[in-house]
Amino acid sequence: MIRVTLSALLGHWFCNPLQLFTLLSGLALATALWSGVQAINAEARASYDAAAATLGEGQFDRLTRRDGQPILQETYVQLRRAGWLVSPVIEGRIDGTRIIGIEPLTAPGGLAPTALHDTGSLSRFAQGEVIAAPDTALDIEGVARDPAIAPDTAIGDIGTVQNLLGRLGEIDTLIVAPVQPRSQPQLAEIAPDLQRHAAQSGSDVGRLTDSFHLNLTAFGLLSFAVGIFIVHGAIGLAFEQRRGTLRTLRALGTPLRLLIVLMGVELMTLALFAGVLGVGLGYLVAGLLLPDVAATLRGLYGAEVSGTLQLRPIWWLSGMAIALGGTGLAASGALWKLSRLPLLAGAQPRALANAAGQGARVQGIIALALLVVALILAFTASGIIAGFALLAAMLIGAALALPLVLSAILTAASNRATGVVSSWFWADTRQQLPGLSLALMALLLAMAANVGVSTMVSSFRLTFVGFLDQRLASELYVNAETPAQALAIEAFAAQNADAVLPIQSVPIQIRDLPTDIYGNRDHATYRDNWKFLDSADDPWGAVHSGSGILINEQLARRAPLAIGDAVEVDGETFVISGIYGDYGNPIGQAIIDEVAFANLFPDVAPTRFGIRIDPANTSDFIENLQAETGIPKANTINQAGIKAFSLGVFDRTFTVTAALNVLTLAVAGFAILMSLLTLTAMRVPQLAPAWAMGLTRRELGYLELLRTLLLALLTALVALPLGLALAWVLLAVVNVAAFGWQLPMFVFPADYARLGGFALLAAAFAAFWPAIRLMRTPPSELLKVFSNER
Amino acid sequence: MLLRATNVQKTFQTADGDFDVLRGVDLSLEGGETLALTGESGSGKSTLLHLIGGLDVPNAGQILIDGTDIAALDDKGRAQLRRGVVGVVFQQFNLIPSLKVRDNIAFQARLAGRFDPDWTADLTARLGLTEQLNKYPEQLSGGQQQRVAIARTLAPRPRLVLADEPTGNLDEATAANVLDILLKLVAETGAGLLMVTHSTALAGRMSRRLHLRAGLVA
Repeated sequence: MIRVTLSALLGHWFCNPLQLFTLLSGLALATALWSGVQAINAEARASYDAAAATLGEGQFDRLTRRDGQPILQETYVQLRRAGWLVSPVIEGRIDGTRIIGIEPLTAPGGLAPTALHDTGSLSRFAQGEVIAAPDTALDIEGVARDPAIAPDTAIGDIGTVQNLLGRLGEIDTLIVAPVQPRSQPQLAEIAPDLQRHAAQSGSDVGRLTDSFHLNLTAFGLLSFAVGIFIVHGAIGLAFEQRRGTLRTLRALGTPLRLLIVLMGVELMTLALFAGVLGVGLGYLVAGLLLPDVAATLRGLYGAEVSGTLQLRPIWWLSGMAIALGGTGLAASGALWKLSRLPLLAGAQPRALANAAGQGARVQGIIALALLVVALILAFTASGIIAGFALLAAMLIGAALALPLVLSAILTAASNRATGVVSSWFWADTRQQLPGLSLALMALLLAMAANVGVSTMVSSFRLTFVGFLDQRLASELYVNAETPAQALAIEAFAAQNADAVLPIQSVPIQIRDLPTDIYGNRDHATYRDNWKFLDSADDPWGAVHSGSGILINEQLARRAPLAIGDAVEVDGETFVISGIYGDYGNPIGQAIIDEVAFANLFPDVAPTRFGIRIDPANTSDFIENLQAETGIPKANTINQAGIKAFSLGVFDRTFTVTAALNVLTLAVAGFAILMSLLTLTAMRVPQLAPAWAMGLTRRELGYLELLRTLLLALLTALVALPLGLALAWVLLAVVNVAAFGWQLPMFVFPADYARLGGFALLAAAFAAFWPAIRLMRTPPSELLKVFSNER
Repeated sequence: MLLRATNVQKTFQTADGDFDVLRGVDLSLEGGETLALTGESGSGKSTLLHLIGGLDVPNAGQILIDGTDIAALDDKGRAQLRRGVVGVVFQQFNLIPSLKVRDNIAFQARLAGRFDPDWTADLTARLGLTEQLNKYPEQLSGGQQQRVAIARTLAPRPRLVLADEPTGNLDEATAANVLDILLKLVAETGAGLLMVTHSTALAGRMSRRLHLRAGLVA
């Protein structure tokens, strides 16, 4: 019985290979979209993990010199003798590769490369072996390759690296082990020139890049939702098409349980096949996009991500999970319907519409409830979980509401239509809605994702450009290597440039939050270029009077602090006169006047300078400065170069976003094509009477095309506000909850119009083939509808 | 002469090769005349009806309606013919499921540009459909649906009414009632009626009868 039943079920696919193709490709594309995004995220995270495992970045407290100079070997020895469990680190670049020197015996757990865990390799390491990531261009004798090392990084014993860098006896940083002896003297007693940086205030690339990954994850979630809709649509239609066969099988005595089990096994086998195909496709997509993602992360955050992809279990497993889980979810609904299929129920032309009508009330109530929840959360959400709950409620609520909104629009249009063809067109479009609604929901989510992510990235770009203009207002930036060189630079620039703006900072605590405090010189550069999120009347005036302080948004939100509040810095009280945006910075920042800074921190001397100069004279200035002070050319940075580089990075970010946008739209377009193709067979009996009454096949074909375009256009109109709401949630709720800063939101009407055009194009492509097929349907096919013996 | 078919031939291609459904059929019909087309299943009755209705084209022969050879018309020309000259009542009703009864009845007349609200209201009332106008076809019984199909066909006052077993799906009493109405209305409009039927009793109520056997007039 099993073999006979199975052959009857599988026979459907042999007779309808196109339907089998659409089902498999729908599943494969949904899986590809999800696993592609997951692959990029997994690869990037693995690179950070490698970096963290190699360097312990952000995991441990660090000690550095207050004046930014290297720590002397003697200071390190004094600290160790006093009981401080610290380990020295030196860092530099050779052949463009970041090279780090550590002392493996004193390094806290997790800091040394995992390759050193056996005695033999430890001995080689101590004798001068350098271990580098496989992709580094480092060309020194005896270098070993290890994939566990962060990309573009090499690691060696501190003595070896000091030698290679030509910095004997110097230490950049001392890593503080998490567990220290109780009877430990204060740091100030042994090394008063050192300052301690809390673990979270270090250069934890993970925290910074989380912003980027959060956005990618949001995109991945939307891809997941689009995928689920496609899978659901594909499975649902596969069931609808075999309704007749199932009824016959049941009528002939096949047990219901056997039918359900066989269909479940059949669908899962197909899902497995499509899942493998999809994971392969996802790998391809991720492989193509990863170099751009890697470049973006490197440029934006200085985080090294390998540009090549490895097969990581996390993402291919999650890809298979969406294929199988999505199919299971969709199949459970279809199989439940099968269990309730009346044995003698005849085919009803409006069966889908009736079923939708019966479910519409429930769907409407759920949609309304979700949208109300979203509205409440929009005003109250303050954490990441609440932010994502808001996203989920909003997107699912909107998707569920879409068919109802479209139905209401079509009913209104139908009631106002006066022409006979237009009346029929509107009524028929409304009848088609239930069959197309899943594909339209997928299109809605894909478009909303595109509008949302484009808005977010473009807003980020616009804000970032403004931020660069604000922060890189000087034409030239110069780094001194020694305090003496700093004095020489300042003296030279005072004579040969329009202005010298020293850049100096100290890590402190404000309201128990780690904060970098800067002392700024009173100059128009700041007054003219800085924009505030909130400020008193004359924020810079207050700062330079010595009583005011400016703080970044992160500190203002976390403390929380507002304009007019007083804060204490090293016993001195300042009043907040301005709050500014500080994008990408994980910790607090504050600015006081240069003189007030010097009074509070007399030991700190500036080693970086912003130089205001006529851009035409920059080259001459650099040449003369080098001749006068002996600083290397690498220590002078041209502002125009940094801006061009940063914007170049953003353009690569756009490549990634645009590629994902196109991919999501293509998948949504495919969902429409799939629905239309599978509906074609059901359409013939609905269209044949209109043809018999005097409409030509060509007219019917054009109307079918118009119908799809109209539905896509209406969906696009709903997607626009939804996408903007999505962007707002990502920028104003999720970003704030995750990182403590809010990005201003900008709208880009031309981009949205272009996106709408692409969506219509995708819909037109999807509808074109079914429309052509309809136009070319031979009359004999249409006549079968009227045949008495059919 | 309203309808003249001469040596009409139609061949279908099947998996077993070509199948000659009509092998040279001749027939004629005057306005106001009723003709029953009878025959076994597969004798070609419905195919002949579809050819005359401009729903399909013959492989050979000539079909003249009001002097126009419909076999020579293109797709658009045949669509115009179906819209304005011919009306077809199908056994399966073939109403448009997305339209309410009111819109189904008016559909073809409006398409032909010959919608007459008074005539349509009269038809609706005489077919007993006034209470059903705001319902969808699936909400009606078989007899009611067939009456809607008749109303739809007669609303544009076609010159030629073609009926393909219009009562084949109805019980005896309903069938008799529907046929009474159809014959009466056709007589009032002066149209010609060509009806395919298996029933000898129904055929007996027509002014003439033509029997098809294996694609030829017997």
